[in-house]
Amino acid sequence: MSEARKDDTILDVKNLQTVFFTNSGLFRAVDDVSFTVRRGETLAIVGESGCGKSVTALSVMRLVPDPPGRVVGGSVTLEGTDLLSLDEAEMRDIRGNRISMIFQEPMTSLNPVMRIGDQITEVLRLHQEMTAKEAWAKAVEMLRLVRIPEPDRRAHEYPHQLSGGMRQRAMIAMALACRPALLIADEPTTALDVTIQAQILALIVDLQKKLGTGLILITHDLGVVAQTAQRVIVMYAGKKVEEATVEDLFENPKHPYTRGLMASMPAVISFGAKTDARLNEIPGMVPSLTNLPPGCAFAPRCRLAVDRCRAEYPPLQEVDGDHFAACWRATELVGVP
Amino acid sequence: MSDQRPLLEVTDLVKHYAVRGGVLRRRVGTVHAVDGVSFSVGKGETLGLVGESGCGKSTVARAVLRLVEPSSGAIKLNGTDITGLSKAEMRPHRRSMQIVFQDPFASLNPRMTAGDIVGEPLAVHGLATGRAQQERVAELFAQVGLRADQMKNYPHQFSGGQRQRICIARALSLGPSLIVCDEPVSALDVSIQAQVINLLIDLQRKNDFSYLFIAHDLAVVAHISHRVAVMYLGRIVEIADKSELFANPRHPYTQALLASVPVADPKAKRLAPMVDGDVPSPINPPSGCAFHTRCRYVMDRCKVERPALVEAGEGHQVACWLNDGTGRPE
Ligand SMILES: Nc1ncnc2c1ncn2[C@@H]1O[C@H](COP(=O)(O)OP(=O)(O)OP(=O)(O)O)[C@@H](O)[C@H]1O
Ligand SMILES: Nc1ncnc2c1ncn2[C@@H]1O[C@H](COP(=O)(O)OP(=O)(O)OP(=O)(O)O)[C@@H](O)[C@H]1O
Ligand code: SF4
Ligand code: SF4
Ligand SMILES: [Mg+2]
Ligand SMILES: [Mg+2]
Repeated sequence: MSEARKDDTILDVKNLQTVFFTNSGLFRAVDDVSFTVRRGETLAIVGESGCGKSVTALSVMRLVPDPPGRVVGGSVTLEGTDLLSLDEAEMRDIRGNRISMIFQEPMTSLNPVMRIGDQITEVLRLHQEMTAKEAWAKAVEMLRLVRIPEPDRRAHEYPHQLSGGMRQRAMIAMALACRPALLIADEPTTALDVTIQAQILALIVDLQKKLGTGLILITHDLGVVAQTAQRVIVMYAGKKVEEATVEDLFENPKHPYTRGLMASMPAVISFGAKTDARLNEIPGMVPSLTNLPPGCAFAPRCRLAVDRCRAEYPPLQEVDGDHFAACWRATELVGVP
Repeated sequence: MSDQRPLLEVTDLVKHYAVRGGVLRRRVGTVHAVDGVSFSVGKGETLGLVGESGCGKSTVARAVLRLVEPSSGAIKLNGTDITGLSKAEMRPHRRSMQIVFQDPFASLNPRMTAGDIVGEPLAVHGLATGRAQQERVAELFAQVGLRADQMKNYPHQFSGGQRQRICIARALSLGPSLIVCDEPVSALDVSIQAQVINLLIDLQRKNDFSYLFIAHDLAVVAHISHRVAVMYLGRIVEIADKSELFANPRHPYTQALLASVPVADPKAKRLAPMVDGDVPSPINPPSGCAFHTRCRYVMDRCKVERPALVEAGEGHQVACWLNDGTGRPE
């Protein structure tokens, strides 16, 4: 890691391990995952349902439900502070202040019986010295910043009086009110219509640039990744299987799973494609974490699997400058799938 | 593709729901769920229906299958108007139309085995029982890529993609001529979506039935459809052959919709929303062109007069006042 990069690193996650204790035994929802986020940078985390994206985010926020879950290894360093060593009171000072998180469903963060303006005011006064009046003014300013029309009037409304897109904006306003160093957005637009998604993504990216916030964007949509991120990590069955800059990832994906995902997407740009063209499918299904095969977890679905893959887990290795993949055959794979 | 008469012809379909309020449950408004929709689907053809949440796609699907009664309009299947038919008269037509829903878990009875679920329509219609039914079900399982030994398993023992295969097998069991797919892959992971889309394409090639294919994911619709209809607030605003629609969209809403899809190419960064604001409520929708509250080309006329869906090119219909009612070339 170069010095320059180290300097503006705001989040440094190293060898994170989060497990769940369930009836069917212990499983590793996040297994040895490392990444960094720099000031003003967007890191996308992609992967299919259950691969550990949300648990990674919740681990950083120290919000993994315990029981049944627990962070059992690694470190999470935010602006020089090791979050895993903080007690809950200290952590509460950080959440909503230095790191904020937004979710797919805005009502997970909004209080249905409180006016929007009061909710933002409350967050501000919890973390900053402000009079009620100052905080209310700041709340209205935040609503204007996220382009809610008539912010003065809207601040007096309750969440149910807002449309889905507006609620998402209000949640973003609340998350950014204290100017956090890091914003984690977990599928922020998955439930929204595509025209509204475009508005919200443009808003998030724009505000992030303006405020210099680091952003972790969790999504399963490679289109969203391509349009927003600078760097990407791909997860499969709890592990990071690939990491690259967004350009490298799309031009030269190195992990067969990433390549499979890209090839299985109906291409939006080639709208003229022949109708009965079959898509390249990834055979089989996503494995259950309680029952992972030995060796590479992707081996049962991988067309390139060899004996070694089934016996030994491939370590994450730098296959190209700043491009990492966990695959025994990554260096053989070149170009767009 | 269609040659002679279309398999399905929908004309001026309207479905309104009353909104009631107050203690007396008086009618206080009307949801214009579907507001005058016309289209046809040819034999062996796939018509994609796209549009944002609440625009009326599922209501169209349910009305076509007579799962909801339309407020007005005609639905012809193979030339027969089925809108006024009694339950008994509907029976033979029921066989020809099947539906596959978005949530494969909700649409499967958890206490029935997968084999019984797929075989049930055969039994209900008295087409096969006992051994013959078992054999037919095994055949259907093979067609959708499930193993015969999985017939005795229950829905919870299958993954999401496999459950959707069960739903598809059940839809196939009566040899339908039309399968309505209402968001059939929206709940599935990307890698599994591709499997189900391929299956649907393969089955159509083999059996030559038609699909009315509903999805909000434009890429999925673009991939599987021959023709595509775009809906906005209960109306079809544009309809054309797939390649024509995506290469030369003429309705400002279609253009905005296409421009909003995030392209999986970092070099084509274009996060520029083409429309502001939210979709208005279908209760008392905007007058004139329902898109006028968000359209950047809006003219006075758009606010008062509703544009009809008219021919703007070969097989290309659009409902927009621009350029004498032929929409806006991009
Ligand atoms: N509270 C919990 N108790 C038990 N298991 C859990 C809990 N939360 C998550 N898991 C499990 O941890 C694994 C990772 O889940 P996670 O929510 O991180 O997936 P994800 O990648 O965010 O998926 P999605 O795209 O569906 O949101 C899954 O197998 C999930 O079932
Ligand atoms: N039974 C009902 N009573 C009242 N309103 C209804 C009823 N069913 C549907 N609606 C309304 O009709 C409109 C169209 O709904 P519909 O389910 O057809 O939309 P859709 O395009 O399928 O949306 P989605 O993409 O969210 O599935 C919506 O505003 C919906 O709230
Ligand atoms: S390690 Fe082997 S099985 Fe795993 S992705 Fe690479 S080639 Fe496929
Ligand atoms: S009719 Fe008018 S408001 Fe409607 S899409 Fe065309 S230009 Fe826009
Ligand atoms: Mg998640
Ligand atoms: Mg629907």
